[in-house]
Amino acid sequence: MFLINCPYCGERDQQEFKAGGEAHIVRPKQPTELSDDEWAEYLFMRKNIKGVQFERWNHVHGCRKWFNMVRDTSNDEIKAIYKMGEKPPSQ
Amino acid sequence: MTKNLRVKSSEYIDETNRISFKFNGKTYHGFKGDTLASALLANNVHLVGRSFKYHRPRGIMTSGSEEPNAIVQINPGTNRTEPNVRATEVEIYEGLEASSQNCWPSVEFDIGGINNFLSPFFPAGFYYKTFMWPASFWEKYEFFIRHSAGLGKSPTSSDPDIYDHRNIHCDVLVVGAGISGILAAKNAAKNNFKTLLVEEKNELGGSTIFENNEFNKINNKTPSEWLKKEIEELKNIKNLGIKTRTSVAAYHQYNYLLARENLTDHLEAKDKTNKIRQRLLKIRAKKVILATGALERPLIFNNNDRPGIMLSSAIKKYSEFYGVACGSKNVFFTNNDSAYESAMSLYNKGINVEAIIDIREQSESKIVKKVKEAGIKIYWSHSIVDTTGYKRLNSISIMKLSNDGTSVTGSKISISCDCLGVAGGWTPAVHLYTQSGRKLKFDDEKKVFLPNQNTSEQISVGSCGGDFKIDEIIKNLNQKLKDILNINETDLDSIKIEIDHENSKRNIWLLPSDKPLGKTKPFVDYQNDATAKDIKLALREGFRSIEHVKRYTTTGMGTDQGKLGNMHALGIIADTAGVKMGELGTTTFRPPYTPLTFGTIVGRNVGKFFDIFRRTPMNDCHVENKAEFENVGQWKRAWYYPIKGETMHQAVQRESKAARESAGILDASTLGKIDIQGSDASEFLNRVYTNAWSKLAIGKCRYGLMLNEDGMVYDDGVTTRLGENHYIMTTTTGGAANVLGKLEDYLQTEWPELDVYLTSVTDHYATASLCGPNSKKILKKIIPDLDLSDENFPHMSFKEANIGSIQCRIMRISFTGEHSYEINVQASYGKDLWKKCMEAGQEFKITPYGTETMHLLRAEKGFIIVGQDTDGTMTPIDLQMDWIVSKKKYDFIGKRSLYRSDTMREDRKQLVGLLTDDPNIVLEEGAQIVSELNQSPVEMLGHVTSSYFSPNLKKSIALAVVRGGKDMIGKKLFVPMENKNINVTVANPVFYDEKNERLNA
Ligand SMILES: [Zn+2]
Repeated sequence: MFLINCPYCGERDQQEFKAGGEAHIVRPKQPTELSDDEWAEYLFMRKNIKGVQFERWNHVHGCRKWFNMVRDTSNDEIKAIYKMGEKPPSQ
Repeated sequence: MTKNLRVKSSEYIDETNRISFKFNGKTYHGFKGDTLASALLANNVHLVGRSFKYHRPRGIMTSGSEEPNAIVQINPGTNRTEPNVRATEVEIYEGLEASSQNCWPSVEFDIGGINNFLSPFFPAGFYYKTFMWPASFWEKYEFFIRHSAGLGKSPTSSDPDIYDHRNIHCDVLVVGAGISGILAAKNAAKNNFKTLLVEEKNELGGSTIFENNEFNKINNKTPSEWLKKEIEELKNIKNLGIKTRTSVAAYHQYNYLLARENLTDHLEAKDKTNKIRQRLLKIRAKKVILATGALERPLIFNNNDRPGIMLSSAIKKYSEFYGVACGSKNVFFTNNDSAYESAMSLYNKGINVEAIIDIREQSESKIVKKVKEAGIKIYWSHSIVDTTGYKRLNSISIMKLSNDGTSVTGSKISISCDCLGVAGGWTPAVHLYTQSGRKLKFDDEKKVFLPNQNTSEQISVGSCGGDFKIDEIIKNLNQKLKDILNINETDLDSIKIEIDHENSKRNIWLLPSDKPLGKTKPFVDYQNDATAKDIKLALREGFRSIEHVKRYTTTGMGTDQGKLGNMHALGIIADTAGVKMGELGTTTFRPPYTPLTFGTIVGRNVGKFFDIFRRTPMNDCHVENKAEFENVGQWKRAWYYPIKGETMHQAVQRESKAARESAGILDASTLGKIDIQGSDASEFLNRVYTNAWSKLAIGKCRYGLMLNEDGMVYDDGVTTRLGENHYIMTTTTGGAANVLGKLEDYLQTEWPELDVYLTSVTDHYATASLCGPNSKKILKKIIPDLDLSDENFPHMSFKEANIGSIQCRIMRISFTGEHSYEINVQASYGKDLWKKCMEAGQEFKITPYGTETMHLLRAEKGFIIVGQDTDGTMTPIDLQMDWIVSKKKYDFIGKRSLYRSDTMREDRKQLVGLLTDDPNIVLEEGAQIVSELNQSPVEMLGHVTSSYFSPNLKKSIALAVVRGGKDMIGKKLFVPMENKNINVTVANPVFYDEKNERLNA
């Protein structure tokens, strides 16, 4: 059970949060211009890394805010947490 | 059997408080402070169970939670019965009853014991192999295996006890209250850390509390004397909480630990009532200090499992702590000095020690000299090659060990004895450490796996960290405490230690016998009856991974998770396969460390608290009306309202007719309601719904369909424009929370530039839906001053009004196809609103209807229910709802996916109506649809999604999804059922009032 440091609320138990998949996938501004393959790339293709992964999380039973997390999936170490729109920390 | 082996008084046993208890139906006596095991041993009872596979007689082996053999059923036949309890952990109380498990008809005479003589037929992997042999054999084995397998009996009536959960936050959690744990907790608390010390036993002090080796001294006192004073001092320390009878079951990431606190298991039945039995502590600690100690290892030799063969340390504890002699003719078998301490402990109390068998060549320590002086015979370089005694050990035979330790030589000496203490060294209890996700390293000198990592959040101290001697323990503890607590001095700085040094070691994982291995029974895992033979067989059969060998031989898979024998199993594998133990690694230690009761896990969440449920503000009215309820998400919704013994079908038919012929009323409070405000609210709706919203006038309502980005229908509902920048959206009952989450997601992550605010107001409003040709008249009676004319208040529009002093929002919208109003009031007025409607509707025989009738009425109209007629694979085009998908809008969620080649296929499953050729046959929802009956296999074209008997149409109607169904109107298809085929015709899904004339009736 992680202890997650919500950027708006502080440290809270993992059960208050919901994981929301890979981070930094931007919804295309002009979907109609995309080919089926390009659209499918956006829609379906997600990384599943053993190691450092950038993820979206939502404090769903708290402030309801979405934020980003950098997590090492091999040992669940949370390396960084930052707000939506903020630049991801460099390696 | 009645011989009393109580040899000395002990401060932990209250001999003035005599307690009677029953074991296997026979009454025994013990004293307050005894465990079931110590009391049985005092009564000279060793035989307490039968082993799992061979049903071999087994006795008490240990004095703690690692016990593999003495597994008993507590209070059998009562509603408080509990199986698989370790007799070594049960504190006795007046009236306690316990019985042996895994034996029939009795532990003394057990039919399964025949398995022992059949054992050549039960090799490693026996259970797996029975699956592989000719299939017909399995039935024969199954009968046999099912009758001999299984440990204990679960209770058959409900648990009378109360369980609880508690969250605990602390700066420092110390697990284990032996000498290291006590000193760690004391120093942490003294340095202003909020500290919690938990101990699984009922007394603090661990094994040091009965450590009386005169050659070990702390500040010139024996360790036990010194530690007792330290424990006294704990009482006066602030910031320190102590919980005994509390066992840490699991250690998760981020220092989150679960512990079970036992509150009433040691009390008499009359004192248990109305008290919490066990509490699950959910502990979040900033720092964790593991001081879980070490478990003594047995030695692996032929027939090492007879009742009377125990751990040397256990014999010492029974003698020193409980004042019980485990035997009258004792022998010890050892590879280190600790057995000499046990021997002296017995000797000093006048208990007879016949001999010590030591696999080492010699030892020069003071305690060994003391044993020699006492005249106890020591056999150096000897090993036990066999033991005898079926239900109780009566002799051992020993032979000289070869120099390399792989064989025995010389003549056999037989020694008669009734108790054998084995001392094979110490295994650090690293279970919790590994559960926390950290790795172990193998220490070649100490022959143990040790924690590889001390961090600023966690350290392992004392013997679980690999320090076994008091001087090592104190020195390393001192440094580790300074590091983790970030302090410069501790109480430990000034401690003076004298120690009796052990200087010779010899470790042999599997001791040889004069017989070949195949003719011996050296048990490695007592509980699962796995022997060294089984492990070697597994290796011969090609298993290499330790995880595979474990599963194939079942080594370490009992309720004790192989706490005693795991290291030997690894050692034997390493020796046989010729690899280093460090390279082999260990099996995974999984939570719980010791078994947990289901009650503790569930806590208070039983009965009506098992799951969360929500009730609408009108709930009391439905109960008064004798409604049956159904669960929709977490909501309890009125399902139908049977009168005078009506069946569900009869009630629903009556309700459905009433709603169309005069008036019905539905509690629609559960529909999700989201308040949307902000200057970009219209633009936002444009992006999330498939249809256009910018031109919706204030005071008007519109139905909307929401897709996922993959183009599939996600949710639907009516949204009303309350003001220029203000909307109220309704969602499906089950989808409310997810829709809000999805909208927030887009707002916060994709479109943060939009000025929009979302608030869930589902619980703030109560909603009654008035429907039917007389609904207008009823509403008029309730709100006489509201102009209900079609001109002023047309279909799909909204008005604010007052019912007396109650403000309400009224939408003229319809999910039934009838003239209807949805009246929303503040939730606390819901009941009042319902009663007013019922009163006003009395003259029109207003009929409350439930969710079943609502479903029937909307099916007559061909309106979909998201989640019933859709399943996450239906686009709006598939649903024949092209009309709601805007062609003009540049983008909305899911739009691009509607133009993927797959979503544009003509032969996708599409929503259609189905009519049965026999109008009285009602199809089953979920039934499959085919076009051919005489073909096999035959393609399933689709399935029935909604099906009812329509009282208004007087025939059966159904909605279905059918491959290419859009172009099949009029086509004959079949619904094959188990014993009949039903002929159906594809139809338009709108069965009733296709022109929507009744909306304005
Ligand atoms: Zn938050």
